[in-house]
Amino acid sequence: MAELWTGYIWPTIIIIAQIVALVVPLLLAVAYLTYAERRVIGGIQLRIGPHRVGPFGLLQPIADGLKLFFNEIVVPAGASPVVYLLAPMLTFLLSLVAWAVIPVADGWVIADINVGILYLFAISSLGVYGIIMAGWASNSRYAFLGGLRSAAQMVSYEVAIGFVMISVLMSAGTLNLTGVVEAQRDVWYIIPHLPMFVLFFISVLAETNRHPFDLPEAEAELVAGYNVEYSGMAFALFFLGEYANMILMSGMVTTLFLGGWLPLFAFPPFTWIPGVIWFALKVAVCLFIFILTRAALPRYRYDQLMRLGWKVFLPLSLAWVVITAGALHVFGWLPQ
Amino acid sequence: MAESRIQNYSVNFGPQHPAAHGVLRLVLEMDGEVVDRADPHVGLLHRGTEKLIEHKTYLQALPYFDRLDYVAPMNQEHAFALAAERLLGAEVPPRGKALRVLWCEIGRLLNHILNLTTFALDVGAMTPMLWGFEEREKMMSFYERVSGARMHANYFRVGGVARDMPDGLAEDIERFVEEFPKFIDDLEGLLTDNRIFKQRTVDIGVVSPEEALDWGFSGSNLRASGWAWDLRRAQPYDGYEQYDFDIPVGRNGDCYDRYLVRIHEMRQSLRIMKQVLQNLPSGPVRVEDNKVTPPPRAEMKTSMEALIHHFKLFTEGVHVPAGEVYAPVEAPKGEFGVYLVSDGSNRPYRCKIRAPGFAHLQALDFMSQGHMLADVVANIGSLDIVFGEIDR
Repeated sequence: MAELWTGYIWPTIIIIAQIVALVVPLLLAVAYLTYAERRVIGGIQLRIGPHRVGPFGLLQPIADGLKLFFNEIVVPAGASPVVYLLAPMLTFLLSLVAWAVIPVADGWVIADINVGILYLFAISSLGVYGIIMAGWASNSRYAFLGGLRSAAQMVSYEVAIGFVMISVLMSAGTLNLTGVVEAQRDVWYIIPHLPMFVLFFISVLAETNRHPFDLPEAEAELVAGYNVEYSGMAFALFFLGEYANMILMSGMVTTLFLGGWLPLFAFPPFTWIPGVIWFALKVAVCLFIFILTRAALPRYRYDQLMRLGWKVFLPLSLAWVVITAGALHVFGWLPQ
Repeated sequence: MAESRIQNYSVNFGPQHPAAHGVLRLVLEMDGEVVDRADPHVGLLHRGTEKLIEHKTYLQALPYFDRLDYVAPMNQEHAFALAAERLLGAEVPPRGKALRVLWCEIGRLLNHILNLTTFALDVGAMTPMLWGFEEREKMMSFYERVSGARMHANYFRVGGVARDMPDGLAEDIERFVEEFPKFIDDLEGLLTDNRIFKQRTVDIGVVSPEEALDWGFSGSNLRASGWAWDLRRAQPYDGYEQYDFDIPVGRNGDCYDRYLVRIHEMRQSLRIMKQVLQNLPSGPVRVEDNKVTPPPRAEMKTSMEALIHHFKLFTEGVHVPAGEVYAPVEAPKGEFGVYLVSDGSNRPYRCKIRAPGFAHLQALDFMSQGHMLADVVANIGSLDIVFGEIDR
């Protein structure tokens, strides 16, 4: 009995507690990311943004969530109901599971596995399925076009992201994300890998279907793209998934290039601030850039986006892999 | 080999589509993302304006023109007022003419802001629209101060304008004219040199100079294709000949040129407005012939003749001599013309309206062929279409 307790039940409780401790702040962050986005874009566009619900409109995301919760989920007559309802769940789920390997502070990680980068890569690639399923199952032409676009888009940018990750992992000498962060103790990878950081960030915009790459849901042409037929909680899950993905990708940028939970400078008072705060701050900066891009830029056309992915990003990132490998070898910087 | 039939993917674009600029129903035949045929269907906003006008007096007919191109209402009123005046042989006093020019140029700004910023929205840039509407709001408040209405002004009259401007309005407009270039610079800062914007608009929807003539283009769209044709210069009306302004002309006839031409037209409009405000003549704002325009209220208390004029004008209306006339104006969207036939009664026998957008919309099909779905949206945006005037 004691063995059952220490061997199985207690670890399960620990893991569940860890998941709750991660997911609850994450969902809150998602909710307030929507609020922040509306306020920041409002400021840029000479308007106020939500300010009616609660002090400074702080309860607005909760009101929005409640409203969507009580909305009816309409399943179109021609749709395939199982896939149709599965798609938003998948999108939402995938945006959460990836967090298992991201270290938010020293040792604060649910699964400190040795193939963290591969796991992240696998999960973020799966994200496209939710969108394709939604586009296909809706049985609507706009949604279908949106689904097709997103499939092509995500596949193109995945490749570039993959090569960028290879450059980073060569420098770090490990696939373990905690190891990647530890390897940046001397210098964050944004400095030696600056071109790749820019490229990675742009690819991340494409990967999360954000402006200026939000073609799958381009409102001007496809109305709302893949989620045009969705309503109520089904829509909310897509929405939450998209924003959780933004935070996830910012977390990835932070971990791979901005030194994760490491402080800006390794001396007081910077070291007094706990690592999780540093991590959150860095993620917030990335998210802010996400929002600014949305307010400032027009949208790419589908073929231009593909050209950028395959003809610019892919050769560049490939070349950088070679350069990194060469430099590490020639100067004897290879991590042991 | 088995025989296979390839069917084009057809998409019903609109009439409830965010980029349809109103109630455009567009049936798109597509080969993947490439458009094979774009078939615009019109008529969803048809209100029978021309027929209704046949049953209204000349005074009652005027407000219908606000509701055609509701983006720049006074420019439409101008065409009708000019047509009726030409039949009547009435000559508007100088101040009336100057005020009309001033308000028409404000209308041009209103229109171009709406068009350029929604065009930017169509290619994905959100911010210009909200910045632009801030400026439109200021101009609409000018509309309100002069006419009492923010949109459907009903300010022009056969024989002049309804009333003089209230005190202080001219100064406020002058201040606005000084400040407005800053907005144009900001707008250009977001779009003109933006690489994504250029990728989306340069060489998209090219209209050659010959095609522009063949399809009956006019206004900014014609000028973007390389013809320096502007009715304000070619057939001046209401004193446009005294103002100094340039006609911007495009070279390639693509979406980007149409955008640039409109940007420069806004700057030229400001030049005209500045000149009008600097030499605003004094005097009456409408014909002082009480067979055409009503007498002052005060005079009616003492003069029997004025009272009778007032009564006749507002019960029966103006009797316009028999004849026919075509009066075009350079509306912001192009040549807006009114063909008016009068049989000598107090109502127009026929009032044909020539809306520029109707001719422009026809061109959408050949402009969009071979382009992608996203370019159709850019084409619609750059053509400057408003359904109020197309469907009438």
